[in-house]
Amino acid sequence: MKIIKLIFKNAFRHKLRTALTIGGMAIVVIAFGLLRTVVTAWYVGVEGSAADRLVTRHSVSFILPLPYAYLDKVKQVPGVKHVSFFNWFGGIYIDKTQFFARFAADANTVFDVYPEFVVNKKELEDFRKERNACILGRDIAKQYNLKIGDVMTLEGDIFPGRWDFVIRGIYQPKFKTTDATAMIFQWEYLNERMIEESPERANEIGWFAIKIDNPNEAAAVSNKIDALFKNSPAETKTETERAFQQGFIAASSAIIEGMNAISFIIVGIIMLVLGNTMIMAARERTREYAVLKTLGFSGGHLIGLIMGESLFISALGGGVGLALTFPIVAFFESVLPKGWFPIFQVEPVTIILAISAVIIIGVAAAIFPVQRALSTKIVNGLRFVG
Amino acid sequence: MSEIIQVKNLSKSYWRDSFEIPVLNNINLTVNEGDFLALMGPSGSGKTTLLNLIAGIDKPTNGDVVVNGTDISKLSESALAKWRSSNVGFVFQFYNLIKVLTAYENVELPLLLTKLSKAERKKHVETALSIVGLGDRMNHYPKQLSGGQEQRVAIARAIVTDPLILVADEPTGDLDKNSADEILTLVERLNKEFKKTILIVTHDPHAAERAHIKHHLDKGELTLEQS
Repeated sequence: MKIIKLIFKNAFRHKLRTALTIGGMAIVVIAFGLLRTVVTAWYVGVEGSAADRLVTRHSVSFILPLPYAYLDKVKQVPGVKHVSFFNWFGGIYIDKTQFFARFAADANTVFDVYPEFVVNKKELEDFRKERNACILGRDIAKQYNLKIGDVMTLEGDIFPGRWDFVIRGIYQPKFKTTDATAMIFQWEYLNERMIEESPERANEIGWFAIKIDNPNEAAAVSNKIDALFKNSPAETKTETERAFQQGFIAASSAIIEGMNAISFIIVGIIMLVLGNTMIMAARERTREYAVLKTLGFSGGHLIGLIMGESLFISALGGGVGLALTFPIVAFFESVLPKGWFPIFQVEPVTIILAISAVIIIGVAAAIFPVQRALSTKIVNGLRFVG
Repeated sequence: MSEIIQVKNLSKSYWRDSFEIPVLNNINLTVNEGDFLALMGPSGSGKTTLLNLIAGIDKPTNGDVVVNGTDISKLSESALAKWRSSNVGFVFQFYNLIKVLTAYENVELPLLLTKLSKAERKKHVETALSIVGLGDRMNHYPKQLSGGQEQRVAIARAIVTDPLILVADEPTGDLDKNSADEILTLVERLNKEFKKTILIVTHDPHAAERAHIKHHLDKGELTLEQS
């Protein structure tokens, strides 16, 4: 027999109590994993932003357009390498629950500014040749079983009417954090329709995406761009893509921070639950610990026994929780409206945090029982009646 | 025979809040190797305290306890724990077996602190259990054994490391007469056959009759009755 066997046997001395604690631990790890996954999914745009990319938008609000005519001036600013521009299109595909990002973009520059959207040369050429061509992210193409040559019809809301697009390319995400759920079509197609149907909305763009030569000069380049349009009817605000993304999600940051805090609070709660379980277990075994000490077992042995049991229960619950987190996150992803979170998966950092929490909980829950077992004198322990 | 235990001017007091409660007062006692000694006395007389001090599970307020040349009252807690594991076998009134371990595993417990191999431990455990007559109950859990059998497992656990001295605190206190006789016969046999030095605390005169030496403890004073 080894001490480890005694740890195992002690852990299951009260099977129901241990099972409930393990179940609680598993639920906490699942909740922790799910909440952290939502938080990381929310910030995926920020994480995926490039240091050498700026975004120029209307100084008042992101929803106000900028004149297309600004393009040439922006291109002339020293330090600017490539400039592309976008309009948020919106629209409805199939029904309103089928959500994913749809942009009108400059076909000639969009993939220069966003090299992490990887498109093969032929598909890119085909896309540029055809006015109503579009390129889809890999995940969206897979989700709707769309392939090159298929026609995709959107019902416009911001830009009313029926919009037919021919799929001419499918881009692959270069990095894990790259959004693979966007649809990009030619801004010219949108603009031509606007010229015909709503001339007052023609030649307007939503924002510029600018690739710069040196990320260290981001602030200086931003200031130069904004200075160009000072005191104009459409003043600009230029910032790094990261700042832009952070501003974009700022409205919901309180909720996200709340979720973040809750994910750690529940870890604290289960720490108290496991601590209580261990205190009860150690109290019931006061006499046994005294017997073990009498037989010559040292304080280190008792620490090993109590800490080992606590870590064992914590690890078992954590392991079950972690194993269930993956299918549960996948289930949540499947029931969430499509495209809400372009990347919704359990990140390695979440797994590391969960494992760390499991270890910390296991150790912390054993501190008081260990302290009690060590400080109880043998003669008092032998007299203990639980 | 050589002196194995020397208790010199031993005093022990307990403190309740700010009140000192003297339990043992200037006790002197010598035990020879191979002795079978009984400590008798009324409840609260300090006999268990004296046994605990000799066995190194409590520390004296004053005086010394020398066992086989080692003054155990001067040892640190960790040194004392190590000393106990190889020098003293304990038998308690309520057996104090670990409920979740089998008879075999309970007896094996003290051997986990030694460097014996698994095969050697097995041999020792089987020998100890066969000495107490429970060779066929090795895989039984304490709840599957009678009180007398549990106490025999406890005795096997006490002797499995072949300790210098065996201390028993009211070993028959929780047993019926027949079981108590069996346990006392076993203890007697350990003394006679295996030459173990045994100290037993009891307030049962029949149990004390088995010992060669009887000491009476009352109000912290120790007196030799008769051999």
